[in-house]
Amino acid sequence: MSFPHRHLLGIEPLSPSDITAILDLAEQYVDLNRAEMKHSDALAGLTQINMFFENSTRTQASFELAGKRLGADVMNMAMQASSIKKGETLVDTALTLNAMHTDLLVVRHPNSGAVDLLSQKVNCAVLNAGDGRHEHPTQALLDALTIRRAKGRLHRLSIAICGDIAHSRVARSNILLLGKMENRVRLVGPPTLLPSQIDQFGVEVFHDMREGLRDVDVVMMLRLQKERMDGGFIPSEREYFHRYGLDAEKLACARDDAIVMHPGPMNRGVEIDGEIADDITRSVIQEQVEMGVAVRMAAMDLLARNLRAARDKRAKGVMA
Amino acid sequence: MKTLFTNARLIDPEAQTDAPGWLLVVDGSIAAQGDGEAPQADEIVDCGGKCLAPGIVDIGVKVCEPGERHKESYRSAGLAAAAGGVTTMVTRPDTLPAIDTPETLEFVRRRANEAAPVNVLPMAALTKGREGREMTEIGFLLDAGAVAFTDCDRVVSDTKVFSRALTYARSLGALVIAHVQEPILSNGAAATSGKFASLRGLSAVTPMAERMALDRDIALLEMTGARYHADQITTARALPALERAKKNGLDITAGTSVHHLTLNELDVSDYRTFFKVKPPLRSEEDRMAVVEAVRTGLIDTISSMHTPQDEESKRLPFEEAASGAVGLETLLPAALRLYHSEHLTLPQLFRALSLNPARRLGLAAGRLAADAPADLILFDPDAPFVLDRFGLNSKSKNTPFDGARMQGKVLATFVGGEKVFG
Repeated sequence: MSFPHRHLLGIEPLSPSDITAILDLAEQYVDLNRAEMKHSDALAGLTQINMFFENSTRTQASFELAGKRLGADVMNMAMQASSIKKGETLVDTALTLNAMHTDLLVVRHPNSGAVDLLSQKVNCAVLNAGDGRHEHPTQALLDALTIRRAKGRLHRLSIAICGDIAHSRVARSNILLLGKMENRVRLVGPPTLLPSQIDQFGVEVFHDMREGLRDVDVVMMLRLQKERMDGGFIPSEREYFHRYGLDAEKLACARDDAIVMHPGPMNRGVEIDGEIADDITRSVIQEQVEMGVAVRMAAMDLLARNLRAARDKRAKGVMA
Repeated sequence: MKTLFTNARLIDPEAQTDAPGWLLVVDGSIAAQGDGEAPQADEIVDCGGKCLAPGIVDIGVKVCEPGERHKESYRSAGLAAAAGGVTTMVTRPDTLPAIDTPETLEFVRRRANEAAPVNVLPMAALTKGREGREMTEIGFLLDAGAVAFTDCDRVVSDTKVFSRALTYARSLGALVIAHVQEPILSNGAAATSGKFASLRGLSAVTPMAERMALDRDIALLEMTGARYHADQITTARALPALERAKKNGLDITAGTSVHHLTLNELDVSDYRTFFKVKPPLRSEEDRMAVVEAVRTGLIDTISSMHTPQDEESKRLPFEEAASGAVGLETLLPAALRLYHSEHLTLPQLFRALSLNPARRLGLAAGRLAADAPADLILFDPDAPFVLDRFGLNSKSKNTPFDGARMQGKVLATFVGGEKVFG
């Protein structure tokens, strides 16, 4: 299995076969995670640091669990609280990490491109756990795995991504991934929550949710990022729920077997009706969380293999 | 003292000619030019068939004195200017503190004259502290030698304050230079909105913000009759408004930056912060429209918008990184890209680099005519090189052209007939 990348910074640099490679390996880890002995030695001896410059409970826990199940030594660094407040720059942080001989670095940062910057300065494998509004590749991969398992394929599906797309890195990574795998992607949301010229990304744009959901196979809801709203993108939460919240009536426009997804955490009653979120015949939200751990194990495993191969090669080069 | 520049390719932006000939300099001023029999002289400079053009007058150079001398001093900027063929630097007041009193201006002028081998003409802030609340002592500052008044990249968003400042400046005949960006729309923007900014997830501003600000300022010019120059016009949508304002006889001119003429938003690529400038780089359509406007003369001047930034302020996530690029030494070779791509002739280029900025500031420079000061550059437009940013004279090395293949080398620079480079 070849995965010719040093880092996982985004979906953009991945080829369809790279994506399939991660998903196929993740399937194996789904089985491992469901077994009684949830342990492998794939990352034994390696040090994984989770560096979160932005609050996160789920993603950080998922990466931590993934690392621990593969036998890595995992450390969490909550960066909002630490040296950044003391004025240390991202590049200084990178130098510190180099000195600690980190092998895998998981980074979330509020600025688009910050993880790219860090990856240029460290000598370990970097996984982007979300940078600004740019990308969140492991979320897109876990969504892809969830869809593939629920629908039996990851191509020629009609998928609607709904809600606050402008502020969403999840949406960007999903648009890229689902496009690369040859699906029809629809974006549904009020125009104030869609990025400019998004129609040039090979997607169809809808402002009417019922129209947007017509006959789709997958309904992917996004969190309405209240903390990102620096003023008046929508008139009110209740009007938003009325027009863009997923309820039974709007969901009825989709195919009968359409699945409902949400990256979490959900705002019940804002973008999604609580009953739909809990409907186990339609909602795969809990499955997404499960796939998250498996996909992250797969991604770290593949990057660690490349890391070890590169180090072996360097060691041999030194001897020769 | 008579110096004869012989065997030259004379680039005359006033006559719009590009022809072989000689140029006679007497006591630091141009005395005559011609293409026949050359007159006698004490000293002869053989130009070897290379281009001789009036030196560049660069409006909007930032020298970081006072306040941040580690980024750029008058000495380092002056050397960079001489090496880049810039014979007159028109410096910005956005220093720390801002140049907003006659006392600071005098300090700057003294420093500049001691340290820089080229002409330095300072601009002063239009409002105190560039805060957009109270106008500066425009009269005293004019007496102290300010050639124009500007708050640089800060827009005076209070229209009442701006209209009063324009009215007052008008009474003194002072030139006001404004940044044209609707301030609320462009607040916090690091890129131009569009496909690229959406893909990269960068906070972006619509290109329309430029037109909105220009429209406001044009209305104020109709009210006040002030002398006005827009620092950088970078979008196609702003051009019709500029054209109408000129046709209506308002005292308005406009500039653009060499970066907006030669780069577009895609050059930012993987968040390369050396390409972060203010206003942000635009789409290719906008770039081409601006190049065309320079060709027709609708846009009057080209500047380097030289803005030194140290490594620390650039080595940050894109949205947090400082804006600006150094440009004194790359202005000419970058602008020559437009000559090599056959979008502009050399006389058209030097009309925007030398003649028009000098005219706008009421200087005799920028021409090859008799009585103009002998501020000259001798350059080879075709000489190729690969730019190494660490070879620049500027203390700050934040150029977007690092590693770029460029064509056009300055062979010698003369200020008042004295050779300052080459």
